[in-house]
Amino acid sequence: MTYNFDWSVLWSGQTGAWLVFGFVKTLQLSVLSWLLAVGLGMLSGALRTVPFALVRWCATFYVEFFRNVPLLVWMFFWYFGVSLLLPQIAQDWLFDHGAEYWAGVCALGVYHGARISEVIRSGIQSIPKTQFEAAASTGLSVAQSYCYIILPVALRLIIPPATNESLNLLKNSSVALTIGVAELTFQTRQIETYTAKAFEALTAGTLIYLILCLAVAFVMARVERRYAIPGMIAKSSAGIS
Amino acid sequence: MDLQVITNNFTFLIFQGFLGIGGFVGGTLRLAVPAIILGFILGIFIGLGRLARSRWVNYPATIYVEFFRGVPLVMVIFWFWFIIPVLIGKSLPEYSVALTAFVVFEAAYLGEIVRAGIQSVPRGQVEAAIATGLSHQRMMRYVVLPQALRNMIPALVTQFIVLFKDTSLASIIGYVDLTKAAQIVNNREIRPFELYLFIAVIYWLCSYGMSRCARRLEQRLAPGAA
Repeated sequence: MTYNFDWSVLWSGQTGAWLVFGFVKTLQLSVLSWLLAVGLGMLSGALRTVPFALVRWCATFYVEFFRNVPLLVWMFFWYFGVSLLLPQIAQDWLFDHGAEYWAGVCALGVYHGARISEVIRSGIQSIPKTQFEAAASTGLSVAQSYCYIILPVALRLIIPPATNESLNLLKNSSVALTIGVAELTFQTRQIETYTAKAFEALTAGTLIYLILCLAVAFVMARVERRYAIPGMIAKSSAGIS
Repeated sequence: MDLQVITNNFTFLIFQGFLGIGGFVGGTLRLAVPAIILGFILGIFIGLGRLARSRWVNYPATIYVEFFRGVPLVMVIFWFWFIIPVLIGKSLPEYSVALTAFVVFEAAYLGEIVRAGIQSVPRGQVEAAIATGLSHQRMMRYVVLPQALRNMIPALVTQFIVLFKDTSLASIIGYVDLTKAAQIVNNREIRPFELYLFIAVIYWLCSYGMSRCARRLEQRLAPGAA
Protein backbone atom coordinates (compact mmCIF):
# COMPACT_ATOMS: atom_id res chain seq x y z
CA MET A 1 0.00 0.00 0.00
CA THR A 2 1.55 3.24 -1.13
CA TYR A 3 -0.53 6.19 -0.11
CA ASN A 4 0.86 9.60 0.79
CA PHE A 5 -1.13 11.27 3.47
CA ASP A 6 -1.55 14.99 2.98
CA TRP A 7 -3.88 16.39 5.57
CA SER A 8 -3.31 19.95 4.40
CA VAL A 9 -5.86 19.35 1.60
CA LEU A 10 -8.51 19.90 4.25
CA TRP A 11 -7.67 23.55 4.79
CA SER A 12 -5.61 24.69 1.81
CA GLY A 13 -7.42 26.58 -0.95
CA GLN A 14 -11.19 26.43 -0.96
CA THR A 15 -11.60 23.05 0.69
CA GLY A 16 -11.84 24.36 4.23
CA ALA A 17 -14.66 26.68 3.25
CA TRP A 18 -16.40 23.79 1.47
CA LEU A 19 -16.39 21.71 4.62
CA VAL A 20 -17.83 24.60 6.63
CA PHE A 21 -20.52 25.26 4.00
CA GLY A 22 -21.39 21.56 3.94
CA PHE A 23 -21.62 21.45 7.71
CA VAL A 24 -23.91 24.48 7.81
CA LYS A 25 -26.06 23.08 5.00
CA THR A 26 -26.41 19.75 6.79
CA LEU A 27 -27.52 21.56 9.94
CA GLN A 28 -29.99 23.76 8.05
CA LEU A 29 -31.45 20.83 6.17
CA SER A 30 -31.70 18.68 9.29
CA VAL A 31 -33.24 21.34 11.51
CA LEU A 32 -35.84 22.44 8.98
CA SER A 33 -36.88 18.92 8.06
CA TRP A 34 -36.82 17.92 11.74
CA LEU A 35 -39.38 20.65 12.48
CA LEU A 36 -41.54 19.41 9.62
CA ALA A 37 -41.13 15.78 10.74
CA VAL A 38 -42.00 16.53 14.37
CA GLY A 39 -45.08 18.52 13.32
CA LEU A 40 -46.31 15.77 11.00
CA GLY A 41 -45.32 13.06 13.47
CA MET A 42 -47.14 14.61 16.40
CA LEU A 43 -50.24 15.22 14.36
CA SER A 44 -50.43 11.79 12.74
CA GLY A 45 -49.23 9.98 15.87
CA ALA A 46 -51.98 11.57 17.94
CA LEU A 47 -54.57 11.02 15.22
CA ARG A 48 -53.78 7.30 15.14
CA THR A 49 -55.04 6.93 18.70
CA VAL A 50 -58.23 9.05 18.58
CA PRO A 51 -61.64 7.37 18.74
CA PHE A 52 -62.64 8.30 15.14
CA ALA A 53 -62.13 5.45 12.67
CA LEU A 54 -61.85 7.50 9.47
CA VAL A 55 -59.23 9.88 10.92
CA ARG A 56 -57.28 6.94 12.30
CA TRP A 57 -57.37 5.24 8.94
CA CYS A 58 -56.01 8.30 7.11
CA ALA A 59 -53.17 8.72 9.58
CA THR A 60 -52.33 5.01 9.33
CA PHE A 61 -52.22 5.23 5.56
CA TYR A 62 -49.78 8.15 5.72
CA VAL A 63 -47.49 6.37 8.18
CA GLU A 64 -47.48 2.94 6.54
CA PHE A 65 -47.02 4.28 3.03
CA PHE A 66 -44.18 6.71 3.66
CA ARG A 67 -42.34 4.60 6.22
CA ASN A 68 -42.05 1.51 4.03
CA VAL A 69 -40.40 3.08 0.99
CA PRO A 70 -36.68 4.00 0.84
CA LEU A 71 -35.78 7.62 1.52
CA LEU A 72 -33.77 7.74 -1.70
CA VAL A 73 -36.90 6.96 -3.73
CA TRP A 74 -38.72 9.77 -1.92
CA MET A 75 -35.86 12.14 -2.71
CA PHE A 76 -36.20 11.41 -6.44
CA PHE A 77 -39.96 11.45 -6.18
CA TRP A 78 -40.14 14.93 -4.65
CA TYR A 79 -37.34 16.43 -6.69
CA PHE A 80 -38.04 15.01 -10.16
CA GLY A 81 -41.67 13.95 -9.87
CA VAL A 82 -43.64 16.38 -7.74
CA SER A 83 -41.82 19.51 -8.89
CA LEU A 84 -43.01 18.86 -12.47
CA LEU A 85 -46.64 18.77 -11.35
CA LEU A 86 -46.54 22.26 -9.86
CA PRO A 87 -47.83 25.27 -11.84
CA GLN A 88 -45.27 26.97 -14.06
CA ILE A 89 -44.84 30.03 -11.81
CA ALA A 90 -44.15 27.90 -8.77
CA GLN A 91 -41.68 25.81 -10.78
CA ASP A 92 -39.77 28.88 -11.96
CA TRP A 93 -39.59 30.25 -8.44
CA LEU A 94 -38.42 26.90 -7.07
CA PHE A 95 -35.66 26.42 -9.60
CA ASP A 96 -34.41 29.93 -8.84
CA HIS A 97 -34.41 29.27 -5.11
CA GLY A 98 -32.74 25.89 -4.77
CA ALA A 99 -35.42 23.36 -5.69
CA GLU A 100 -33.17 20.49 -4.59
CA TYR A 101 -32.98 21.92 -1.08
CA TRP A 102 -36.76 22.18 -0.70
CA ALA A 103 -37.27 18.76 -2.22
CA GLY A 104 -34.75 17.41 0.29
CA VAL A 105 -36.61 19.07 3.16
CA CYS A 106 -39.92 17.60 1.98
CA ALA A 107 -38.47 14.12 1.48
CA LEU A 108 -36.69 14.03 4.84
CA GLY A 109 -39.53 15.70 6.73
CA VAL A 110 -42.35 13.57 5.36
CA TYR A 111 -40.40 10.30 5.59
CA HIS A 112 -39.19 10.88 9.13
CA GLY A 113 -42.56 12.34 10.11
CA ALA A 114 -44.00 8.89 9.49
CA ARG A 115 -41.27 7.30 11.59
CA ILE A 116 -41.57 9.80 14.45
CA SER A 117 -45.32 9.25 14.32
CA GLU A 118 -44.77 5.63 15.37
CA VAL A 119 -42.63 6.76 18.30
CA ILE A 120 -45.28 9.22 19.45
CA ARG A 121 -48.06 6.69 19.04
CA SER A 122 -46.25 4.17 21.23
CA GLY A 123 -45.69 6.94 23.78
CA ILE A 124 -49.39 7.79 23.84
CA GLN A 125 -50.35 4.13 24.10
CA SER A 126 -48.05 3.65 27.09
CA ILE A 127 -50.02 6.25 29.06
CA PRO A 128 -52.46 4.55 31.46
CA LYS A 129 -56.06 4.45 30.29
CA THR A 130 -57.13 6.23 33.48
CA GLN A 131 -55.46 9.44 32.29
CA PHE A 132 -57.80 9.57 29.31
CA GLU A 133 -60.77 8.86 31.54
CA ALA A 134 -59.71 11.47 34.09
CA ALA A 135 -59.36 14.05 31.31
CA ALA A 136 -62.80 13.23 29.95
CA SER A 137 -64.38 13.33 33.41
CA THR A 138 -63.10 16.86 34.03
CA GLY A 139 -65.10 17.92 30.99
CA LEU A 140 -62.26 18.33 28.46
CA SER A 141 -63.01 17.59 24.81
CA VAL A 142 -60.86 15.02 22.95
CA ALA A 143 -58.78 17.80 21.38
CA GLN A 144 -58.28 19.55 24.72
CA SER A 145 -57.31 16.40 26.57
CA TYR A 146 -54.70 15.63 23.89
CA CYS A 147 -53.28 19.17 24.00
CA TYR A 148 -53.14 19.63 27.75
CA ILE A 149 -52.74 16.14 29.20
CA ILE A 150 -51.88 13.32 26.83
CA LEU A 151 -49.30 14.91 24.50
CA PRO A 152 -47.26 16.70 27.22
CA VAL A 153 -46.91 13.44 29.13
CA ALA A 154 -46.21 11.40 25.99
CA LEU A 155 -43.52 13.83 24.80
CA ARG A 156 -41.66 13.45 28.07
CA LEU A 157 -41.89 9.67 27.90
CA ILE A 158 -40.52 9.32 24.38
CA ILE A 159 -37.35 11.38 24.67
CA PRO A 160 -34.93 8.41 24.25
CA PRO A 161 -36.53 6.86 21.12
CA ALA A 162 -37.26 10.32 19.69
CA THR A 163 -33.58 11.24 20.09
CA ASN A 164 -32.65 8.07 18.25
CA GLU A 165 -35.02 8.94 15.43
CA SER A 166 -33.76 12.54 15.26
CA LEU A 167 -30.19 11.25 14.92
CA ASN A 168 -31.39 8.98 12.13
CA LEU A 169 -32.76 12.07 10.40
CA LEU A 170 -29.43 13.85 10.82
CA LYS A 171 -27.53 10.92 9.34
CA ASN A 172 -30.10 10.39 6.58
CA SER A 173 -29.73 14.03 5.48
CA SER A 174 -26.63 12.71 3.68
CA VAL A 175 -28.93 10.99 1.17
CA ALA A 176 -29.81 14.48 -0.12
CA LEU A 177 -26.49 14.51 -1.95
CA THR A 178 -28.12 12.33 -4.62
CA ILE A 179 -30.33 15.22 -5.73
CA GLY A 180 -27.48 17.71 -5.51
CA VAL A 181 -27.93 19.40 -2.15
CA ALA A 182 -24.46 20.67 -1.19
CA GLU A 183 -24.44 19.21 2.33
CA LEU A 184 -21.54 17.66 4.20
CA THR A 185 -21.24 14.36 2.34
CA PHE A 186 -21.57 16.17 -0.98
CA GLN A 187 -18.72 18.52 -0.04
CA THR A 188 -16.63 15.61 1.19
CA ARG A 189 -17.01 13.98 -2.20
CA GLN A 190 -16.22 17.24 -3.92
CA ILE A 191 -12.96 17.56 -2.00
CA GLU A 192 -12.17 13.99 -2.99
CA THR A 193 -12.88 14.78 -6.63
CA TYR A 194 -10.72 17.91 -6.68
CA THR A 195 -7.76 16.68 -4.64
CA ALA A 196 -7.93 12.88 -5.12
CA LYS A 197 -7.34 12.55 -1.39
CA ALA A 198 -10.19 10.21 -0.47
CA PHE A 199 -8.86 9.13 2.89
CA GLU A 200 -8.43 12.63 4.31
CA ALA A 201 -11.72 13.97 2.95
CA LEU A 202 -13.76 11.03 4.20
CA THR A 203 -12.06 11.15 7.59
CA ALA A 204 -13.00 14.80 7.98
CA GLY A 205 -16.62 14.20 6.99
CA THR A 206 -16.93 11.10 9.18
CA LEU A 207 -15.49 12.87 12.22
CA ILE A 208 -17.87 15.81 11.83
CA TYR A 209 -20.86 13.44 11.68
CA LEU A 210 -19.59 11.48 14.68
CA ILE A 211 -19.05 14.59 16.79
CA LEU A 212 -22.43 15.98 15.79
CA CYS A 213 -24.23 12.75 16.70
CA LEU A 214 -22.38 12.31 20.00
CA ALA A 215 -23.07 15.94 20.94
CA VAL A 216 -26.80 15.61 20.25
CA ALA A 217 -26.93 12.33 22.18
CA PHE A 218 -25.09 13.93 25.12
CA VAL A 219 -27.40 16.95 25.27
CA MET A 220 -30.50 14.80 24.94
CA ALA A 221 -29.38 12.50 27.75
CA ARG A 222 -29.32 15.56 30.04
CA VAL A 223 -32.70 16.73 28.76
CA GLU A 224 -34.07 13.26 29.41
CA ARG A 225 -32.88 13.32 33.03
CA ARG A 226 -34.23 16.83 33.51
CA TYR A 227 -37.72 16.03 32.21
CA ALA A 228 -38.10 12.45 33.42
CA ILE A 229 -41.42 11.63 35.05
CA PRO A 230 -40.21 9.74 38.14
CA GLY A 231 -42.49 6.69 38.28
CA MET A 232 -43.02 6.20 34.54
CA ILE A 233 -39.49 6.58 33.18
CA ALA A 234 -38.15 4.10 35.71
CA LYS A 235 -40.70 1.55 34.58
CA SER A 236 -40.07 1.97 30.88
CA SER A 237 -36.27 1.96 31.12
CA ALA A 238 -36.41 -1.20 33.23
CA GLY A 239 -38.31 -2.79 30.39
CA ILE A 240 -35.69 -1.88 27.82
CA SER A 241 -32.52 -2.96 29.60
CA MET B 1 -50.43 10.06 -15.54
CA ASP B 2 -49.19 7.81 -18.30
CA LEU B 3 -48.90 4.23 -17.16
CA GLN B 4 -47.68 3.09 -20.57
CA VAL B 5 -44.14 3.82 -19.45
CA ILE B 6 -44.52 1.25 -16.68
CA THR B 7 -45.92 -1.52 -18.88
CA ASN B 8 -43.29 -0.88 -21.58
CA ASN B 9 -40.40 -1.15 -19.14
CA PHE B 10 -41.94 -3.61 -16.72
CA THR B 11 -39.60 -6.50 -17.48
CA PHE B 12 -36.50 -4.31 -17.20
CA LEU B 13 -37.59 -2.83 -13.88
CA ILE B 14 -38.64 -6.10 -12.29
CA PHE B 15 -36.21 -8.64 -13.74
CA GLN B 16 -33.12 -6.46 -14.01
CA GLY B 17 -33.77 -3.99 -11.22
CA PHE B 18 -35.53 -6.02 -8.60
CA LEU B 19 -34.40 -9.61 -9.18
CA GLY B 20 -31.08 -8.99 -10.91
CA ILE B 21 -31.65 -11.18 -13.97
CA GLY B 22 -30.31 -9.48 -17.07
CA GLY B 23 -27.34 -7.82 -18.72
CA PHE B 24 -26.16 -5.86 -15.68
CA VAL B 25 -24.89 -7.24 -12.42
CA GLY B 26 -27.59 -5.92 -10.16
CA GLY B 27 -30.84 -6.56 -8.41
CA THR B 28 -32.26 -5.35 -5.15
CA LEU B 29 -32.97 -8.85 -3.85
CA ARG B 30 -29.57 -10.17 -4.88
CA LEU B 31 -28.02 -7.57 -2.61
CA ALA B 32 -30.60 -7.51 0.19
CA VAL B 33 -30.83 -11.24 0.94
CA PRO B 34 -27.09 -11.97 1.42
CA ALA B 35 -26.68 -8.64 3.25
CA ILE B 36 -29.40 -9.59 5.74
CA ILE B 37 -28.00 -13.08 6.35
CA LEU B 38 -24.34 -12.07 6.65
CA GLY B 39 -25.18 -8.94 8.61
CA PHE B 40 -27.17 -10.97 11.11
CA ILE B 41 -24.34 -13.49 11.57
CA LEU B 42 -21.81 -10.71 12.17
CA GLY B 43 -24.37 -8.97 14.38
CA ILE B 44 -24.64 -12.03 16.66
CA PHE B 45 -20.88 -11.93 17.22
CA ILE B 46 -20.94 -8.17 17.86
CA GLY B 47 -23.82 -8.57 20.31
CA LEU B 48 -22.09 -11.42 22.16
CA GLY B 49 -18.88 -9.37 22.11
CA ARG B 50 -20.60 -6.47 23.83
CA LEU B 51 -21.75 -8.80 26.62
CA ALA B 52 -18.37 -10.48 27.03
CA ARG B 53 -16.65 -10.02 30.36
CA SER B 54 -13.20 -9.65 28.84
CA ARG B 55 -12.30 -6.04 28.20
CA TRP B 56 -10.33 -7.02 25.09
CA VAL B 57 -13.55 -8.20 23.47
CA ASN B 58 -16.00 -5.81 25.07
CA TYR B 59 -14.30 -2.50 24.27
CA PRO B 60 -13.67 -3.10 20.55
CA ALA B 61 -17.25 -4.31 20.12
CA THR B 62 -18.58 -1.19 21.87
CA ILE B 63 -16.41 1.13 19.79
CA TYR B 64 -17.51 -0.69 16.64
CA VAL B 65 -21.19 -0.21 17.48
CA GLU B 66 -20.88 3.42 18.59
CA PHE B 67 -18.81 4.32 15.54
CA PHE B 68 -21.08 2.86 12.91
CA ARG B 69 -24.22 4.12 14.61
CA GLY B 70 -22.85 7.66 14.52
CA VAL B 71 -22.02 7.74 10.81
CA PRO B 72 -24.38 7.89 7.82
CA LEU B 73 -24.58 4.78 5.63
CA VAL B 74 -23.77 6.88 2.55
CA MET B 75 -20.47 7.79 4.20
CA VAL B 76 -19.67 4.12 4.91
CA ILE B 77 -20.42 3.17 1.30
CA PHE B 78 -18.04 5.89 0.10
CA TRP B 79 -15.38 4.70 2.54
CA PHE B 80 -15.43 1.22 1.05
CA TRP B 81 -15.76 2.56 -2.47
CA PHE B 82 -12.64 4.74 -2.21
CA ILE B 83 -10.53 2.90 0.33
CA ILE B 84 -10.68 -0.69 -0.91
CA PRO B 85 -8.88 0.16 -4.20
CA VAL B 86 -6.13 1.93 -2.22
CA LEU B 87 -5.74 -0.95 0.22
CA ILE B 88 -5.70 -3.87 -2.18
CA GLY B 89 -4.44 -2.05 -5.26
CA LYS B 90 -7.33 -2.87 -7.59
CA SER B 91 -10.96 -1.84 -7.65
CA LEU B 92 -13.70 -4.29 -6.78
CA PRO B 93 -17.07 -4.54 -8.53
CA GLU B 94 -19.92 -2.45 -7.12
CA TYR B 95 -21.65 -5.55 -5.84
CA SER B 96 -18.84 -6.56 -3.47
CA VAL B 97 -18.34 -3.00 -2.26
CA ALA B 98 -22.03 -2.49 -1.55
CA LEU B 99 -22.41 -5.89 0.12
CA THR B 100 -19.38 -5.31 2.39
CA ALA B 101 -20.59 -1.84 3.34
CA PHE B 102 -24.10 -3.06 4.19
CA VAL B 103 -22.91 -6.06 6.22
CA VAL B 104 -20.41 -4.00 8.22
CA PHE B 105 -22.84 -1.13 8.79
CA GLU B 106 -25.94 -3.12 9.65
CA ALA B 107 -24.06 -5.51 11.94
CA ALA B 108 -23.68 -2.62 14.39
CA TYR B 109 -27.45 -2.11 14.58
CA LEU B 110 -28.23 -5.84 14.57
CA GLY B 111 -25.61 -6.36 17.29
CA GLU B 112 -27.46 -3.97 19.58
CA ILE B 113 -30.70 -5.86 18.97
CA VAL B 114 -29.00 -9.17 19.76
CA ARG B 115 -27.55 -7.72 22.95
CA ALA B 116 -30.92 -6.34 24.09
CA GLY B 117 -32.54 -9.69 23.27
CA ILE B 118 -30.03 -11.65 25.33
CA GLN B 119 -30.37 -9.23 28.22
CA SER B 120 -34.14 -9.63 28.13
CA VAL B 121 -33.87 -13.32 29.11
CA PRO B 122 -34.68 -13.55 32.84
CA ARG B 123 -31.72 -14.08 35.13
CA GLY B 124 -33.42 -17.14 36.65
CA GLN B 125 -33.11 -18.98 33.32
CA VAL B 126 -29.33 -18.57 33.38
CA GLU B 127 -29.15 -19.68 37.00
CA ALA B 128 -31.35 -22.69 36.29
CA ALA B 129 -29.16 -23.65 33.33
CA ILE B 130 -26.02 -23.42 35.46
CA ALA B 131 -27.72 -25.42 38.20
CA THR B 132 -28.44 -28.29 35.81
CA GLY B 133 -24.73 -28.38 35.01
CA LEU B 134 -24.70 -26.98 31.48
CA SER B 135 -21.45 -25.44 30.27
CA HIS B 136 -21.47 -21.75 29.31
CA GLN B 137 -21.54 -22.60 25.62
CA ARG B 138 -24.40 -25.08 25.93
CA MET B 139 -26.34 -22.72 28.18
CA MET B 140 -26.10 -20.03 25.51
CA ARG B 141 -27.04 -22.41 22.72
CA TYR B 142 -29.91 -24.32 24.31
CA VAL B 143 -31.34 -21.95 26.91
CA VAL B 144 -30.50 -18.30 26.35
CA LEU B 145 -30.30 -17.82 22.58
CA PRO B 146 -33.59 -19.56 21.68
CA GLN B 147 -35.49 -17.37 24.14
CA ALA B 148 -33.53 -14.28 23.19
CA LEU B 149 -34.25 -14.87 19.51
CA ARG B 150 -37.98 -14.93 20.19
CA ASN B 151 -37.80 -11.62 22.05
CA MET B 152 -35.72 -10.10 19.27
CA ILE B 153 -38.07 -10.89 16.39
CA PRO B 154 -40.00 -7.59 16.24
CA ALA B 155 -36.90 -5.39 16.40
CA LEU B 156 -34.99 -7.73 14.10
CA VAL B 157 -37.60 -7.66 11.36
CA THR B 158 -37.85 -3.87 11.62
CA GLN B 159 -34.10 -3.69 11.07
CA PHE B 160 -34.27 -6.14 8.16
CA ILE B 161 -36.85 -3.88 6.55
CA VAL B 162 -34.57 -0.88 7.12
CA LEU B 163 -31.72 -2.81 5.49
CA PHE B 164 -33.93 -3.80 2.57
CA LYS B 165 -34.83 -0.15 1.99
CA ASP B 166 -31.23 0.95 2.47
CA THR B 167 -30.09 -1.22 -0.43
CA SER B 168 -31.45 1.54 -2.67
CA LEU B 169 -28.37 3.55 -1.65
CA ALA B 170 -26.16 1.11 -3.56
CA SER B 171 -27.34 2.93 -6.68
CA ILE B 172 -25.12 5.86 -5.65
CA ILE B 173 -22.01 3.92 -6.62
CA GLY B 174 -23.66 2.64 -9.79
CA TYR B 175 -25.08 -0.71 -8.72
CA VAL B 176 -28.13 -1.45 -10.87
CA ASP B 177 -30.84 -2.09 -8.32
CA LEU B 178 -34.52 -1.17 -8.60
CA THR B 179 -33.87 2.52 -7.95
CA LYS B 180 -31.05 2.70 -10.49
CA ALA B 181 -33.17 0.82 -13.03
CA ALA B 182 -35.91 3.42 -12.61
CA GLN B 183 -33.31 6.17 -13.06
CA ILE B 184 -32.07 4.54 -16.27
CA VAL B 185 -35.58 4.27 -17.66
CA ASN B 186 -36.37 7.83 -16.56
CA ASN B 187 -33.32 9.21 -18.37
CA ARG B 188 -34.80 7.87 -21.59
CA GLU B 189 -38.51 8.44 -21.02
CA ILE B 190 -38.60 11.47 -18.66
CA ARG B 191 -41.62 10.29 -16.70
CA PRO B 192 -40.33 10.67 -13.14
CA PHE B 193 -43.67 10.87 -11.34
CA GLU B 194 -45.00 7.57 -12.65
CA LEU B 195 -41.70 5.70 -12.44
CA TYR B 196 -40.74 6.69 -8.92
CA LEU B 197 -44.26 6.13 -7.68
CA PHE B 198 -44.19 2.67 -9.26
CA ILE B 199 -40.97 1.62 -7.57
CA ALA B 200 -42.26 3.16 -4.33
CA VAL B 201 -45.20 0.77 -4.55
CA ILE B 202 -42.88 -2.20 -5.19
CA TYR B 203 -40.71 -1.33 -2.18
CA TRP B 204 -43.84 -0.76 -0.14
CA LEU B 205 -45.31 -4.17 -1.00
CA CYS B 206 -42.12 -5.93 0.13
CA SER B 207 -41.62 -3.92 3.32
CA TYR B 208 -45.23 -4.07 4.37
CA GLY B 209 -45.41 -7.78 3.54
CA MET B 210 -42.36 -8.43 5.71
CA SER B 211 -43.85 -6.54 8.64
CA ARG B 212 -47.14 -8.45 8.34
CA CYS B 213 -45.31 -11.78 8.27
CA ALA B 214 -43.35 -10.71 11.34
CA ARG B 215 -46.51 -9.89 13.22
CA ARG B 216 -47.94 -13.32 12.47
CA LEU B 217 -44.71 -15.06 13.42
CA GLU B 218 -44.63 -13.10 16.66
CA GLN B 219 -48.13 -14.22 17.57
CA ARG B 220 -47.35 -17.84 16.81
CA LEU B 221 -44.15 -17.82 18.85
CA ALA B 222 -45.63 -15.89 21.78
CA PRO B 223 -45.23 -17.74 25.08
CA GLY B 224 -48.37 -19.68 25.88
CA ALA B 225 -49.47 -20.00 22.24
CA ALA B 226 -49.97 -23.54 20.99
